Amino acid sequence: MGKKILLEHIDKPEIKGIEGYIKYGGYRSIEKALKKMTPDEITEEVKKSGLRGRGGAGFPTGMKWSFLFKGSDKPRYLLCNADESEPGTFKDRLIMEKIPHLLVEGMIASSYALGVRTAYIYIRGEYMYILRILEQAIAEAYAKGYLGEKILGSDYSLDLYVHPGGGAYICGEETALIESLEGKRGNPRIKPPFPAVAGLWGCPTIVNNVETIAKVPFIINEGGETYSKIGIGASTGTKLISACGNINKPGVYEIELGLPVEEFIYSDEYCGGIKGGKQLKAVVPGGSSVPILPQRLVTKTAAGTPRLMSYESLAEGGFQTGSMLGSGGFIVFDEDQCVVRNTWNFSRFYHHESCGQCSPCREGTGWMEKILHRLEHGHGHMEDIDLLWDVQRKVEGNTICPFGDASAWPVAAAIRHFRDEFEWHVLNPEECTRRNYGMGVAAAEPELV
Amino acid sequence: MAKVTIDNVTVEVPDGTTILNAARAIGENVPPAMCYYSKLKGSGGKCRVCLVKVTKSSEANPRGMPKLVASCCTTVADGMVVENVTSPEVIEARKGIVELLLINHPLDCPVCDQAGECHLQDLSYEHGAATTRYDFERRTFEKIDIGPYIQLHMNRCILCYRCVYTADQLTDGRVHGVINRGDHAEISTYISNIIDNDFSGNVIDVCPVGALTDRTFRFKSRVWFTKPMDAHCDCDKCSGKVTLWLQGEEVLRVTGRKDQYGEVDEFICNTCRFERKKKSDWVIEGPRRIGTHSVISQNHLPYELNVVNPQIAQPQ
Ligand SMILES: Cc1cc2nc3c(=O)[nH]c(=O)nc-3n(C[C@H](O)[C@H](O)[C@H](O)COP(=O)(O)O)c2cc1C
Ligand code: SF4
Ligand code: SF4
Ligand code: FES
Repeated sequence: MGKKILLEHIDKPEIKGIEGYIKYGGYRSIEKALKKMTPDEITEEVKKSGLRGRGGAGFPTGMKWSFLFKGSDKPRYLLCNADESEPGTFKDRLIMEKIPHLLVEGMIASSYALGVRTAYIYIRGEYMYILRILEQAIAEAYAKGYLGEKILGSDYSLDLYVHPGGGAYICGEETALIESLEGKRGNPRIKPPFPAVAGLWGCPTIVNNVETIAKVPFIINEGGETYSKIGIGASTGTKLISACGNINKPGVYEIELGLPVEEFIYSDEYCGGIKGGKQLKAVVPGGSSVPILPQRLVTKTAAGTPRLMSYESLAEGGFQTGSMLGSGGFIVFDEDQCVVRNTWNFSRFYHHESCGQCSPCREGTGWMEKILHRLEHGHGHMEDIDLLWDVQRKVEGNTICPFGDASAWPVAAAIRHFRDEFEWHVLNPEECTRRNYGMGVAAAEPELV
Repeated sequence: MAKVTIDNVTVEVPDGTTILNAARAIGENVPPAMCYYSKLKGSGGKCRVCLVKVTKSSEANPRGMPKLVASCCTTVADGMVVENVTSPEVIEARKGIVELLLINHPLDCPVCDQAGECHLQDLSYEHGAATTRYDFERRTFEKIDIGPYIQLHMNRCILCYRCVYTADQLTDGRVHGVINRGDHAEISTYISNIIDNDFSGNVIDVCPVGALTDRTFRFKSRVWFTKPMDAHCDCDKCSGKVTLWLQGEEVLRVTGRKDQYGEVDEFICNTCRFERKKKSDWVIEGPRRIGTHSVISQNHLPYELNVVNPQIAQPQ
């Protein structure tokens, strides 16, 4: 049983309200922070903890906080990124739905550390019911004196607001989020300047993911060092993984980083193995944007060492034989699933969600989707596979924001590892519309290809 | 001041200068720019045709940058080394971007008033392929008249946002902008509006393609059949300094004075642009020198391309 930092009391329904939350030890970090610690001491603890951003990029949070520009008298802002829209990722939602005060507490503690007087939670528009839950929690926190003027009798005051997005994945990108919060079209900004220097309304701003913020109370209560001892190497602490696909127990799991992937998939404590006793075919370990791993690279790296759930181990082998931990959206495919169809599905998402600001992404996402649609529906040509490879290369690395890369990587990895399956679709145009090229086909009828 | 080397030529420019403007200071091998417009604050970064490779970040940091960067919005640092045309990687990426810009473009140059002074046309001649690999249906929109003077051909738009910045920065109350997302994003006046103010015509001048064209010039002639003359008048709204495009004695079109990068020196008002269409309205200064950047103006054939027509000999 791994260490639980966030979800220890998730099964207690009363934890949703402030009384229940306090009963299980909630809001202790605010008392401790305001009464015993300076803001810089908190940042120092966060640095010591080795906490890394849980929004996808895994950037060290303490370091990010220390970049916050303090040399002007402009107000500073803390924004919580609750836009969670990556296909396969549904972890932040659990925290906000069941333990909303954990996020509120984290926001208060982090705001204090950053010298922020106004903070926002930017939540995706589709989570409207969660917005209500958060507003309720915030109202309770105000009533108890954890928010508002002179919190707990200290000199520190903070206002916290929730703001819904309009339903665009791209507004999860931090600078697009800022534009959207300012009331503009959610186009990512060109960086530099980075938000830590000029963010919301041109003021120094920190953007952090829900899960990142929710880790802060533990770090204040128990100390950064305690946190850093959980996990493995530079992947400290725990991580929420939203597991879905062909597994027996889909859901959100809090794992200690360093857990072997094999254990995560097959142990009853987590995914509980592949549904129906089928074989594993592939895994997308970190949300739709990260490269897909074929079965032989899921539980072991190319070097033959066990693959672990950590930033480093999942990335081992680079894009040739590795992937990324990303935002923790763990999607499992069994032997009967079609990689081409899945790639097309992801591509359709990126085509739909590109903001359209820069030309490679605006035009490339549509082109990739159309080629994949054609391949999947039995109208593809052999040249389409190379063309697809070429188009993704033209998009990757040439765009304003990482969305372009995110749209290209899944396509590249699918071709890299499952080229035979693409070819099968071209060679069997009629059959590929009737059934999937599962692993069974390759094994039983190898001469088919 | 910062010393920067671009394609083996070193130039000294003030701190904060972008790579593109440093290249413009050198004057040769200038990266193309479809969205950056020096007179429009915040423009640039979107079209990505100006990508260059930074092989050395600065004197203090000899490492290069991991990705190609947009030269229009990356500032120089002392000791920076940049490759533009000397980098095969840059040329390759630029080719790719031109290809992507063209996949949904109607390629209707024969009936487009911008032909001959279109930056996308120039780019395609320089970097594009002679044939397309895109065999899907192209995205189309209806063309619309926004007011009596301006026509919008959304099919040709490359979403450079220049017209949006122009309306924002030159006029009060912008009524057009970008709606929708991705490859369905379009320039539009929200709920059929007309663009109606004294400086609206400038969106035509800033548009790098034929998406926004002058209705008073529509189908009157081809640009290369008209003769550009600098002229001025006493105008109470703008500087009155314009270029007239003449056919014989007839003024077919009035535009701002554009430099070799296609940028106007000064923005002009609608009265000058659309209403002063008699030669006698103007004091003629003399012929306007036109940059020879336009391939059409030079009668170039795209000989370096793998042209479909085998009868065109390919010089070695
Ligand atoms: C296209 C795109 C979508 C993103 N969506 C999200 C999101 O939904 N939630 C999130 O927390 N971060 C998202 N990010 C990452 C954010 O830009 C940012 O890095 C993150 O919120 C920083 O928080 P962290 O340091 O706590 O991870 C997205 C990034 C990109 C490029
Ligand atoms: S990469 Fe895509 S999503 Fe990002 S700014 Fe460019 S068009 Fe928008
Ligand atoms: S209409 Fe012209 S100026 Fe406006 S965004 Fe499109 S291409 Fe750019
Ligand atoms: S000119 Fe630099 S990106 Fe368009």
